[in-house]
Amino acid sequence: MSRLPHVKGERIDRDTPVQFTFEGRRQQGYRGDTVSSALLAGGARILGRSFKYHRPRGLLSAAGHDVNALMQVRREGGSVPNVRADVVQVEADWDINAVNTRGGLAHDRLSILNRLAPFLPVGFYYKAFHGKRWFPRWERMFRTLTGLGEVDLRATRRTTPKRYDFCDVLVIGAGPSGLAAALAAADQGASVLLVDENPSAGGSGLYARGGSARLADQTRELITKVASHARIRLLTSTYAAGYYADHWVSLVAPEYLVKVRARSVIVAQGAYEQPAVFRGNDLPGVMLASAAQRMLYHYAVATAHRVVVLTSNAEGYAAALDALAHGVQVAAVLDLRPEPGRDSTIRAAELVSTGILIHYGARPIEAVAGADGGVARLLFESASGAAPGRHTVDVDGVWMSVGFAPANALLHQAGARMSYERSTEQFVPQMLPPGIYACGKVNGVYSLAERVADGRNAGACAAGGIGFGAEKARRATVPARECPTHPYPVFRHPLGKEFVDFDEDLQLRDLENACQEGFDSSELLKRFSTVGMGPSQGKHSNMNALRILASVRGEPIERLGPTTARPMFHPVPLSHLAGRGFTPERRTPLDSEHESLGAVWMPASNWRRPEYYAIAGKSRESAIADEVRAVRTRVGLIDVGTLGKIEVHGPHAAQFLERLYTTRFANLKVGMTRYGLMLDEAGVIVDDGVVGRLGEQTFYFTTTTGNSGTLFREFGRLATWWDLPVGLVNLTGHYAAFNLAGPAARAVLHENTDLDLSDEAFPYLGVRQAQVAGAPCRIMRVGFVGELGYEVHVPFQHAAAVWRALLASGSRFQIQPFGVEAQRMLRLEKGHITVGQDTDGITNALEVGMPWAIKMDKPFFVGQRSLQVLEKQSRRQALVGFNIPSSVHEPRPKECHLVLDGSEIAGRVTSVGWSPTLGRCIGLALVAPQVASRKRLRIRIDRGAEVDAEVIQPPFYDPHGERQRVRGLL
Amino acid sequence: MKLMTCPINGPRAISEFAYGGEVRSMPDPQATGDAHWADYVFNRNSLPIVKAEWWCHTPSGVWFIAERDTATDTIRRTSLYPVWAQQREALS
Repeated sequence: MSRLPHVKGERIDRDTPVQFTFEGRRQQGYRGDTVSSALLAGGARILGRSFKYHRPRGLLSAAGHDVNALMQVRREGGSVPNVRADVVQVEADWDINAVNTRGGLAHDRLSILNRLAPFLPVGFYYKAFHGKRWFPRWERMFRTLTGLGEVDLRATRRTTPKRYDFCDVLVIGAGPSGLAAALAAADQGASVLLVDENPSAGGSGLYARGGSARLADQTRELITKVASHARIRLLTSTYAAGYYADHWVSLVAPEYLVKVRARSVIVAQGAYEQPAVFRGNDLPGVMLASAAQRMLYHYAVATAHRVVVLTSNAEGYAAALDALAHGVQVAAVLDLRPEPGRDSTIRAAELVSTGILIHYGARPIEAVAGADGGVARLLFESASGAAPGRHTVDVDGVWMSVGFAPANALLHQAGARMSYERSTEQFVPQMLPPGIYACGKVNGVYSLAERVADGRNAGACAAGGIGFGAEKARRATVPARECPTHPYPVFRHPLGKEFVDFDEDLQLRDLENACQEGFDSSELLKRFSTVGMGPSQGKHSNMNALRILASVRGEPIERLGPTTARPMFHPVPLSHLAGRGFTPERRTPLDSEHESLGAVWMPASNWRRPEYYAIAGKSRESAIADEVRAVRTRVGLIDVGTLGKIEVHGPHAAQFLERLYTTRFANLKVGMTRYGLMLDEAGVIVDDGVVGRLGEQTFYFTTTTGNSGTLFREFGRLATWWDLPVGLVNLTGHYAAFNLAGPAARAVLHENTDLDLSDEAFPYLGVRQAQVAGAPCRIMRVGFVGELGYEVHVPFQHAAAVWRALLASGSRFQIQPFGVEAQRMLRLEKGHITVGQDTDGITNALEVGMPWAIKMDKPFFVGQRSLQVLEKQSRRQALVGFNIPSSVHEPRPKECHLVLDGSEIAGRVTSVGWSPTLGRCIGLALVAPQVASRKRLRIRIDRGAEVDAEVIQPPFYDPHGERQRVRGLL
Repeated sequence: MKLMTCPINGPRAISEFAYGGEVRSMPDPQATGDAHWADYVFNRNSLPIVKAEWWCHTPSGVWFIAERDTATDTIRRTSLYPVWAQQREALS
């Protein structure tokens, strides 16, 4: 609670003070201070309120997991929620408030919940708040009561770049073992990327000192070597959030995300110090010893004046020595064990020589709060040592050093198998997947010398395994001289409030009750009680919860196993994960032409297409109807450039298409086109298009808009499988295409080309290559919308010029550009099916009434054999045309409205609309066969109304296709 | 992200590849009974074994065969179809 004189290695810059506001009061820290260290240096102890009971909370880990010290930070550019006070460096002029309080941190009105705790047992909300009627009310109440920071929707928009990186060996964690591993791998020639979540490398080597400089000096030596090594890159303030297949690791830096591909990964992430569970263990001032040490050495902050060190390992004795070295009084050391371990003995003697009392066989009874809400006294009893018996000691700090849990989440994600090691009371890797290594505390190794040796060996093995130096086997770890972790640091109190999970305010009895209710496996216990589900993801609670579960069940801990560890192992800001979509919208080369003509856009697969062209003062419906009439009576022009356009050539091209389509192509004459229907092996329609023969061995054909990419790919597979070497070129992006249709089409095209357009020279269904408006084009004379029409395919760079030339020539016929809606009506009038609209994933070729397109006598085509089977069976459904004599204003069916047979559903409408040409409503429906043979259909439309439709055989318009062959307007 | 080795382009991220189904030999359509044909069209075995699968490296359009252990999702080997087909023939 005070700033110390200069401490060697401190991260703060005392020449640069930083002024900020906390809970409305001016505060000062130095550059390099975290929010927590600056506040503690200023005398604060309470940093936040707990999630459920709104209890005051202070510093716990100082390692990024202090979930009860989350801040709302107002700064230039907007307000940022849930800033982690224990690790985020404070900046000038920040206005900071603790999250999750009503009326401020000091006088949080919701602290009443602390007194209601007995009425809010584990899982209370599952039992009390599920009633249907009251649920919305409860939901509103809980949404108001719970939650952490607030998102500021007016904050400046920030983009977080995604970067990609590669290395031979990725070392995660730059503590002593990670540093040694990086050096060993790099010395053997591997390029090494070393990452650490802290602002500087060194890990516990820099703060867990035991009052001496030796450990820190050795660590600094390693850091110096790493910094000057040409093959090692060090990324600090960056954590590895997840491990994915084939050594693909996501690294989260403050401003960006890195996706790194390594050839080998070394996990040296160390261990999280674990709290002891006793009444009042959450009071401000009670903290992990490592947190206090981080404060001492990184920020020159003493977190207390007088402390008790609660320990069961050598690290706790080291922390007591660190306290002494910086003038913090040590009221007593409480060792939970009956006697000190081998490494503790020397330190214990050192402490006793300075007059410090050490109690053995100690058990904490209760930490008691003072007037400010922070710890003021500790009640405990001891079995031996200084003075056996029950004691009360006045302190403002309790440092807990009772054990560690390995930070092995990434190892779990990589598929490592763990086993529980009794000599260290922790899980250690038993089997690691190829290319994955673990060293240091995560591997159960604790002394500095052993950690360095373990790291060096892991680095050498990782490099050797991928061809840098000799391949080596991992050496066995040396058994620990003293167990660093207590097997059961849990102390019951009759009044409870022994916190196991600080994120979720879970007490010992909550977990016991959950077990009693039957949730007594680690995964069930987690889900019912929410232990480990808070923002720290159980880093300080999972291990203790598992120990409690094992104790309740009376089974050894290794039988239970930890819960599944999934990415991300530490919460990642959504801003890091959000990004631009990687599905670009495609636009045809005529996009800007449509824009200037007033196009109203609609999505068509991943393209945008004009739905229709808006005209001021005209409704959508009448604009579309006018477009339809223009095509039928004069001439229209539509962009069909979104169609797939594919060229296939080679001696086997015709044979390839014969196998692909139901139609016959072997006898197709050069210069002619033919409609093709494509099926899958089950006989289901997957695509249709027009196939033109440009030469003996060259075909050019179209596919539907949405299918072009996947079909083109599938053609490649089929050509490979069938061993038919054909050249396949996807020209979809290369060619623009538009359809010029209507009685005046020939006249308009004629003005722009020297090509002989007479019926003799260029008959219906012909294909020609010619100059149009000076551009080399492919022209197909097709009946796309049932009028005299030409589909002009233009290299993209000439598209706009040709489009404009045709519009200019067509002006004397009042040429009309038309959109998708008019096209659909025009095609519906002709009874042309739209694959995917009038067919679905199970519509086979026999059901759509196009026997002329299916040549069953061919030797083979995809789907043929299935059609042979289907021919013998009765039809499941049939596509029929219907017509409803009605005015344009009357309610009419919409697509997907149901066709009824009595009270049974007997099909659905697939296409429908009011035809301006025919003056009535027409449509197609996929219906059951018994309905198809009737004269009338009943269709249920909106609001349950029903309409009666007459079944008629399409086409509805120009049944004999005479319009496609007319001479037309000249 | 998983890696896959295209026989032409080498190891690439799995996002560059498209799956084309298990390699299955089509029975002679004209010599096969309806039931057997239906079995070929509709039924797939989902055994956790090493399977030969069609995969396409989409940016380059290369189709090849990957032998993949569907129990562990590990790719044993990739090869171009003619090479794979030849080896299969040699084995049988």
